[in-house]
Amino acid sequence: MREFDSIAKNTWCPGCGNFSILAAAKQAMVELVQSREVKPEQIVISSGIGCHGKISDYIKVNSFYCLHGRVVPPLMGVKVANQRLKVIGFAGDGDAYDEGVSHLVHTARRNLDATIIVHNNQVFALTSSQVTPTTPIGFKTKSAPKGSFETPLNPLHLMLASGATFVARGFTGDMQHLRSLILQAARHRGFAFIDVLQDCPSFNPTLRKFKPKVYDLNKEGHDVGDFAAAWEKAKEWNNRIPIGLFYRVEKEIYEKQLLGDRVLVDEKPLTSIQSVLDEFI
Amino acid sequence: MQDISFVIGGQAGDGVMRTAELLGKTLNRLGLYAFVINDYQSLIRGGHNFCKVRASGRQVWSHLEAVELIAALNQDTITRHENELTEGGHVLFDSDKASYEGPYKPHPIPLSGMIKEVESIPIMRNSAMIGAIAHLYGIPFEPINEILTWAYGKKADKNIRLVKKGYDYAKQNFEPILKLKLTKRDPTPFISGAEAVSLGAVKAGMKVYIAYPMTPSTDILSFMGTHQDQLGIAVIHPENELGVANMALGVAYGGARCMVGTAGGGFALMQEAFSMAGQSEIPVVFVVGQRPAPAVGVPTYTAQADLRFVLHAGHGEFPRIVVAPGDPEEAFVKAGEAMNLAWRYQVSAIILMDKHLIESYMSIAIDERKVTVEPGSVAESWEGEYKRYKFTDSGVSPMVFPGTPGAVVKASSYEHSEYGHAIETPDGVTKMMQKRLRKMDGIIKDLRGRETVKIHGDPKAEKLVVAWGSTKGAVLEAMQLVGKPLKFLQIMYLSPFPDWDVTKHLEQARDVVCVEVNMTGQLRSLIKEQTGHYIQKAILKNDGRPFDPVGLAGKLKEVFG
Repeated sequence: MREFDSIAKNTWCPGCGNFSILAAAKQAMVELVQSREVKPEQIVISSGIGCHGKISDYIKVNSFYCLHGRVVPPLMGVKVANQRLKVIGFAGDGDAYDEGVSHLVHTARRNLDATIIVHNNQVFALTSSQVTPTTPIGFKTKSAPKGSFETPLNPLHLMLASGATFVARGFTGDMQHLRSLILQAARHRGFAFIDVLQDCPSFNPTLRKFKPKVYDLNKEGHDVGDFAAAWEKAKEWNNRIPIGLFYRVEKEIYEKQLLGDRVLVDEKPLTSIQSVLDEFI
Repeated sequence: MQDISFVIGGQAGDGVMRTAELLGKTLNRLGLYAFVINDYQSLIRGGHNFCKVRASGRQVWSHLEAVELIAALNQDTITRHENELTEGGHVLFDSDKASYEGPYKPHPIPLSGMIKEVESIPIMRNSAMIGAIAHLYGIPFEPINEILTWAYGKKADKNIRLVKKGYDYAKQNFEPILKLKLTKRDPTPFISGAEAVSLGAVKAGMKVYIAYPMTPSTDILSFMGTHQDQLGIAVIHPENELGVANMALGVAYGGARCMVGTAGGGFALMQEAFSMAGQSEIPVVFVVGQRPAPAVGVPTYTAQADLRFVLHAGHGEFPRIVVAPGDPEEAFVKAGEAMNLAWRYQVSAIILMDKHLIESYMSIAIDERKVTVEPGSVAESWEGEYKRYKFTDSGVSPMVFPGTPGAVVKASSYEHSEYGHAIETPDGVTKMMQKRLRKMDGIIKDLRGRETVKIHGDPKAEKLVVAWGSTKGAVLEAMQLVGKPLKFLQIMYLSPFPDWDVTKHLEQARDVVCVEVNMTGQLRSLIKEQTGHYIQKAILKNDGRPFDPVGLAGKLKEVFG
């Protein structure tokens, strides 16, 4: 566990749900390394802007601390350069569903071999509380003092419709479950998406509200290969909230289709382009 | 010296551009020097497309507005270009689609009828037109057929028959305009700026090209795409320009050399990522193809009005390289330099081009040995604690890539420590800012050993023309028409600005004019800012069209008195 410990000082609020995600992610990485599935230097993480983004500093591993909303494209670039690397992106709900939603949709449809974990606390926290695409109707902030009236986005539906090949939901109130989900996602060959219901003790404390409602749908006989069942389960919200793996399917990954087995960083540059120049004569 | 200039025109979808390109290629192969400019509107079918084709026994740098022949696939072409005909000019036209009665020599030819005879499709009218043009200029048959076979493969047969039909008809009915004297010379490519800039980047080690389609840079995407296997590269067309630029950052961080291509508007969308490249010291090369703006502007035409934009692109202060080639050979060489400098100094480089340079074709020698992969500031391996942003005298920190045992490689959009962790202290911020900005000293030292400007014409002349980018071509041609000794200072590097080269030429000159395809004199004001010299005279325009050499020569005579 210690090998991923960073010297950077942690500045998250006490009790922040991010601690759960950080611990779960580090444990999952340790397991991946211990099982010799990946070497520590082969892991690359990225993160966006917001409280969650600091996770890049808090894990001693290769990291790309992105611009707001751009968690996914650099990971795609990394995989194109070197498809031996294991890439894991951490995004906020503002990052993933607002500013950078196009990247999420298109990278899901391409089935890049990547794991994307969204710290979904339903609020912009670092900018001191504004609404995001997952903020519930009626939620009051300084920018929406009468309460949000916009229909929230359903991230699971978005990803199912976009063609993600692994769609899951985690909960910061159940760290071990989250660790297991991240591990499964990292082992999935393809675009693995985890929306994590995250408690924000400062601006949107949801832990006590969600805890009694949350249940593991994989313990209730849900068929993860059934798209229609996954779609139905993703609608469930008010009385019971399912967490776990909703949907999984095998599909060829983007980088294999683009490159086959080529690893571009290993390739020597062309020594001559004369044959192409000669086409112009 | 024989110097031919003609226009071929029709509707979009008539295949005018392909025809002109093949004719240019034929003339090039016959030992002439050719230049082809295409002019088209932002539509797929209809409208008016035309190409000006020029060829000569000497190197030509530009098309000419004036032509001695109109080759018209429709009536509109005759109407639009009749005023460009020189005295005794000729009008060759599809007599099934158009008619001509006027002061110039009419050459009606039933192209539409000919395609019916060989059971062909309307786009193949071009081949019969090529045959007729070949007769008018005395171009032999065999090279045309070779090029059609190269271009159309098995489908070339009907085209070749149509060329013969057009040729025979013209021979029976029209006097030739002239008989081109064909010369033997070393073969040179007949190539566009798009193709040359691509090859320069690849020769300098580019492995990945990423772009979202946007005129004029789409030609680069098409060339890279169709040649990706031959060039051993990956070509990606993502969801939008933000995806493009941020993916490129990821590719370079991952260890592969990467270039992106876009137009001014697309580059506007990449601003934040461009700034991130500065902050995180990730080397990415951007090709920016200018066209008339603001906003969508005049999308399929040319301009030189984004110089100030790229010089100031991205928020914050960080070093950048901006280089503006003036012809395809320079595009090849400078693309290589941009890639190598970017990787040596871990900065972004912009290759500033425009529609005229990217899409026009010309005969020009390219020596592939001028571009090699120069080593970047990359460490092969690492022992001990790795600091991605280690302080060094040069400001350049040894770079390793993810996957290097023992190294944790952190890139950050935040101001950061040597490890790459976010920081906020004034002292830490200052040191890291200074480290990045210090890299410019090394770049300047490096550029002092490279060609940052070119001097053309009479190096002792007191009258000096200053220009940049694709305007080079028109200036070189215009100088030959002015009839007075002129010196031409072509500025290629715009950032860092080569004041060491520019100042001395400005001091030597007694009369200076700056020529640019923009209305605010962007190079002129940059020269004032960087050297203190104010160039009083300027020839400026921003109408989407490059300068015509004859028109420019007239203006130069005017300003130099």
